[in-house]
Amino acid sequence: MPQNFSDLQYVIGDAERLSAMASLRPLRPFDEAVLSFFSDLSAMLRTDRTYPDIATFGFWCRKAALMQEKDKYDDLAERFGKGTVLHSTPSNVPVNFAFSFAAGLLAGNANIVRLPAKDFPQVTVICDAIRTLLANQHSALAPYVCFVKFPPDKEITDMLSARCAVRVIWGGDATVAEIRRSPLPPRAGEITFADRHSAAVIDADAYLCAENKDLIVQNFYNDTYYTDQNACTSPRFVFWQGAHTAEAKADFWERVHRTVRENYKLRPVQAVGKLQALCKAAAQKPMSLTKSEDLYVMRVTPEQLDSDLPDFKFNSGFFFEKEISDLCEILPVCGTRCQTLSYYGVKKEDLAAFLEKGRPFGIDRIVPIGKTMDFALIWDGYDLIRQMSRRVTIL
Amino acid sequence: MTYDEMLNIPPYSLGKAEKDRLLTARLKELTLLHRARCPEYANILSCIGFDPDAVQSVTDVPMLPVRMFKETALRSVPQEEIVKTMTSSGTTGQAVSRIFLDRVTAANQQKTMVKIVSSFTGSGRMPMIILDCPGVVRDRAMFSARGAGILGFSIFGAKKIYALDDDMKLNTEALREFLAQHSGQRILLFGFTFMIWQHFYKELLRLKEEGICFDLSNGILIHGGGWKKLISEAVSHDAFREKLHDVCGIRAVHDYYGMVEQTGCIYMECECGHLHASIFSDVITRRTADLSPCAVGETGIIQVVSAIPESYPGHSLLTEDEGVILGEDDCPCGRKGKYFKINGRLKNAEIRGCSDTYAAKFQ
Repeated sequence: MPQNFSDLQYVIGDAERLSAMASLRPLRPFDEAVLSFFSDLSAMLRTDRTYPDIATFGFWCRKAALMQEKDKYDDLAERFGKGTVLHSTPSNVPVNFAFSFAAGLLAGNANIVRLPAKDFPQVTVICDAIRTLLANQHSALAPYVCFVKFPPDKEITDMLSARCAVRVIWGGDATVAEIRRSPLPPRAGEITFADRHSAAVIDADAYLCAENKDLIVQNFYNDTYYTDQNACTSPRFVFWQGAHTAEAKADFWERVHRTVRENYKLRPVQAVGKLQALCKAAAQKPMSLTKSEDLYVMRVTPEQLDSDLPDFKFNSGFFFEKEISDLCEILPVCGTRCQTLSYYGVKKEDLAAFLEKGRPFGIDRIVPIGKTMDFALIWDGYDLIRQMSRRVTIL
Repeated sequence: MTYDEMLNIPPYSLGKAEKDRLLTARLKELTLLHRARCPEYANILSCIGFDPDAVQSVTDVPMLPVRMFKETALRSVPQEEIVKTMTSSGTTGQAVSRIFLDRVTAANQQKTMVKIVSSFTGSGRMPMIILDCPGVVRDRAMFSARGAGILGFSIFGAKKIYALDDDMKLNTEALREFLAQHSGQRILLFGFTFMIWQHFYKELLRLKEEGICFDLSNGILIHGGGWKKLISEAVSHDAFREKLHDVCGIRAVHDYYGMVEQTGCIYMECECGHLHASIFSDVITRRTADLSPCAVGETGIIQVVSAIPESYPGHSLLTEDEGVILGEDDCPCGRKGKYFKINGRLKNAEIRGCSDTYAAKFQ
């Protein structure tokens, strides 16, 4: 019984609620009560602008936005939640747990959410709001929500895994491997978010014509430096197409450099780490470093785009950069590990044609630069609503 | 000038300009040698667009991060010429550095260390007390920086004993006997800072309270290995020296800074408590933003250069330590060259991003 685990700490709910989840009736995806709950949560979270990531989540779970999501599904009449979803959420992205939880509840499930071990203020703010709503006008949903914290512990993970119909694992390869040591019930499914890398492609001519270059650069900064260029969505590769690449690169990186200098704090270990990443890669593969007066933006041009080049990726502003004349040239670095391709000035039909012609194993989403971090119910190639619900047909 | 000729120059005798001229020429020569013989190193130089003509001073010599030796096997001599592979101490599971030595480099490491250390201890070998256990040298699994340090310093010892047994207990009988045999003689003591504190000082303190005393006022203690654990016990450099003096009367206590990647070129602490660069090596502190050299008194990332390495491209390394250059050519102890202090390891930055959850430590 869960009561026996002294390291298992309940932030929302308790052992009794956790036990009762097994006999809880699944909800319908996009259940009216759930939409109303998120609508109220959105209103509560959007009153305070202290944390931009909370505001982003609050904006994302507005009723109108969720209704739009709902409208994308044509099979909801036949869909039901699967039961209980166990979410293991990332320790170093404060608000990710809220998106994962929202997807689980929207799909019609009871949710056990393992919160980040670290005490992020954002986690407290969101949990307080959810707790208030569940204690008052949304008490009917309370049985569907259990938020917990626990140290890495196989017994606790075993116990929770045994109860779930779907297990969602964020946090990369090591975490996936560790949690997979705990067996799932035979019918249970799993959604795993492994280590990924991402890339950006910019059309030089479109960039040079743009009037809002600073905005493009700010968006790029948000996609990269804002998360130490270490999110799975952060571009580690920047590709250039078009006629005037040299001019565009000079302008773009000059602006990026200025933005980084003004906004980013590079710490000594990161500086050493970047030099180390450079030397490690350069020792193995021919490439050239673009001269710069400092280390804020490190750009390396490899002679070839080898398929193992992503293994040499680094963070804190370390970019592999290459000029291309055809999108298909980037295919070697678009293996299964490649997640997001962000773009500026590239035509959607060209991107579609690239997918059609190139058939990369990776690239799960293609979004404009600045949108890489925007959470969507289709993530990493998974349709979260459909993966966490069942389709029941009556003939 | 050949390295053998350099070895004839007293280690702390050259002023800034003369030393820079000498060291720059040697380091440039080593850079070209490694470029010609180590393909990975050549690739790196070509990536950063290295231009030998731009090397006007020691600070212009390109540097490798010290961690490179953990990630990549870097050697500038054929495999069959390697006589010894040294590894750094690393806690279990961590990658260790692998440093490949040929006959020349291994010999120059030892000759250099003799020059540096004997300028503090005087030439001639002394009775030596190793403040560690014999197992650290005997056991190949344990053999790492600690064992290498002990073996390296053992050349200064005439007759040697290990003061600790393999359970890290002080062997008081053997110590008493050894001191009686060599009474009146200068005695060299060597060990690792934390081991000395934990297993030697604390035991001597306990014995002293029982009325048992050892007289080491004739001793000269050389210790290294870093202060991380002592800082966590809130023991300062001064307290370390004073308290050791209190329990055994020792006065001559010299810390040293060095690393397995540049064995031989150690940085000895003088009577004023400053670490000193000899003519065989140098220390440069670097700024985070652009790795430009720091001014005297400004904290920065430590770079070390050594005139020794010919068999591996480790003559110019960016470390993961932080420190401050205190001055150059003007230490009250009279030694020329830079003197500095080490603040410790660079602080680990919490990098954002979406990896690592389950394995994260619960707080």
